[in-house]
Amino acid sequence: MSALAALPESGEEKPLLHVSKLSHWYGERLGCRDVSFDVYPGEVVAIVGESGSGKTTLLNCLAGRLRPTAGVVEYLMRDGRARNVLSLTEAERRFLARTDWGFVHQNPSDGLRMTVSAGANVGERLMAIGDRHYGTIRETALDWLGRVEIASDRIDDEPRAFSGGMRQRLQIARNLVTRPRLVFMDEPTGGLDVSVQARLLDLLRSLVTDLGLAAIIVTHDLAVARLLSHRMLVMKNGVVVEQGLTDRLLDDPRHAYTQLLVSSILQV
Amino acid sequence: MNALPPTAATVAHDTPAYNFAYLDEQTKRMIRRAILKGIAIPGYQVPFASREMPMPYGWGTGGVQVTAAVLGPDDVLKVIDQGADDTTNAVAIRGFFRKTAGVRTTTHTAEATVIQTRHRIPEAPLAEHQILVYQVPIPEPLRFLEPRETETRTMHALEEYGLMHVKLYEDIARHGHIATTYAYPVKVDGRYIMDPSPTPKFDNPKMHRSKALQLFGAGREKRIYAIPPHTDVVSLDFEDHPFKVQTFAQPCALCAAEGVYLDEVLLDDKGGRMFVCSDTDNCEERRAAGHRGALAGDDISRKDRS
Repeated sequence: MSALAALPESGEEKPLLHVSKLSHWYGERLGCRDVSFDVYPGEVVAIVGESGSGKTTLLNCLAGRLRPTAGVVEYLMRDGRARNVLSLTEAERRFLARTDWGFVHQNPSDGLRMTVSAGANVGERLMAIGDRHYGTIRETALDWLGRVEIASDRIDDEPRAFSGGMRQRLQIARNLVTRPRLVFMDEPTGGLDVSVQARLLDLLRSLVTDLGLAAIIVTHDLAVARLLSHRMLVMKNGVVVEQGLTDRLLDDPRHAYTQLLVSSILQV
Repeated sequence: MNALPPTAATVAHDTPAYNFAYLDEQTKRMIRRAILKGIAIPGYQVPFASREMPMPYGWGTGGVQVTAAVLGPDDVLKVIDQGADDTTNAVAIRGFFRKTAGVRTTTHTAEATVIQTRHRIPEAPLAEHQILVYQVPIPEPLRFLEPRETETRTMHALEEYGLMHVKLYEDIARHGHIATTYAYPVKVDGRYIMDPSPTPKFDNPKMHRSKALQLFGAGREKRIYAIPPHTDVVSLDFEDHPFKVQTFAQPCALCAAEGVYLDEVLLDDKGGRMFVCSDTDNCEERRAAGHRGALAGDDISRKDRS
């Protein structure tokens, strides 16, 4: 039942992502307000809450896909310096997004190129950072397809010919090929049936531990959060109402809304 | 390029209603500005206010506008379509400028100062005083990979060209080699990725450090871009799949030329075919110089006359 492994030793480690007082307004309407938290290297943080609670808005703000109205998002670059993601130039941010970050969309067709083969989907990031050797690109693509349990003879098939679960796994491979340190996931198991979900979660869990990835996972499924995350943020109406270790939060919810959320899980 | 102010005398006498070379001077000025900007930033697609031309889109409206803007009364114009001087498009555009600009036209590459082309670059090397004008259907090399224009512009601006190699990767994955044979993407002056218009990749090396100025006009897409003389133009490839041009097993059936681009011509319904020069002017000049290919046969016209 417990989350992955022991929490990474924090000690004097600097946070990989430092979020402080992040707010986003859609004009008059609130997206999210005053969100603050840290993500340490190798840590998986889940953001849970009902639809419309601002989870995806928050994720998009963190990933630089949406400009927050106020607040700071600092990312620890590979050179050890923390930089405000919001003040990076567009070129720097896009480079970061295709090398050191990953973004797994709920709908795989948003994150994949549906008209090019699976191999090219995986290889695109490599070519984007200057890999110009077909043989090595293909080898790396094959290796990654293997890791996400896609048969090697499907490498030249387009993702259109893939099932939903395969597409999601392909999307994960495409994101992880450049060895990112932080992956954003927006409902990675949404729309998949239960057995496929279980396989995907299993895969994600082993990849995250093997690669020491930090991840921020948006989900409304508490079971996903329980399986994958070390820590959780519970959001309601754009505000984080409670945050803490996943097991503590699920076994001993303190805020009334979290209690409601936990007690609403269907028991089979 | 010899842009003298137009006078009534420079316009063909039977079409007084038109300005020299059809377009009005303000329009030409606008197009020249786009051309100058294009030359200043080799390979960059400059937007311009493309005009309606008296021909349908896809028939060279962009090329015609560029030609009209650079043409002077002393210029000699050659127009080729798929390498040939005698196809509909070439004949029509040549006639158009003879009528609206009164300029001299030619089919000889060496004689021409402005050459408008569709889908080929002449075999004979071009010289410094010549301008090659390409008709371009789709100027954006990333178009079929990324449909959003806003995104492709950002990609050009930030030099994010990984996607172009995705296309070449797909070729190799499907066909075992880079199967793109025309509109083969090039990198101009080490910066912009450019679509060389649907010329065969056979012609790509001719663009590299060409002595002539190369201008590209896309009428429907409203873009002009340019390669100044002596500019590096490199075809994209992979280290283990280097760029190669097409080769032909046999020489031209009429003029025995080798190392030129050949067209396949079907001769009958029994599988008979011949390969002839796509560049008709090159072929004619070689035959006039006495070269004879396997199917050249006897000169029928001469026999008929005697």
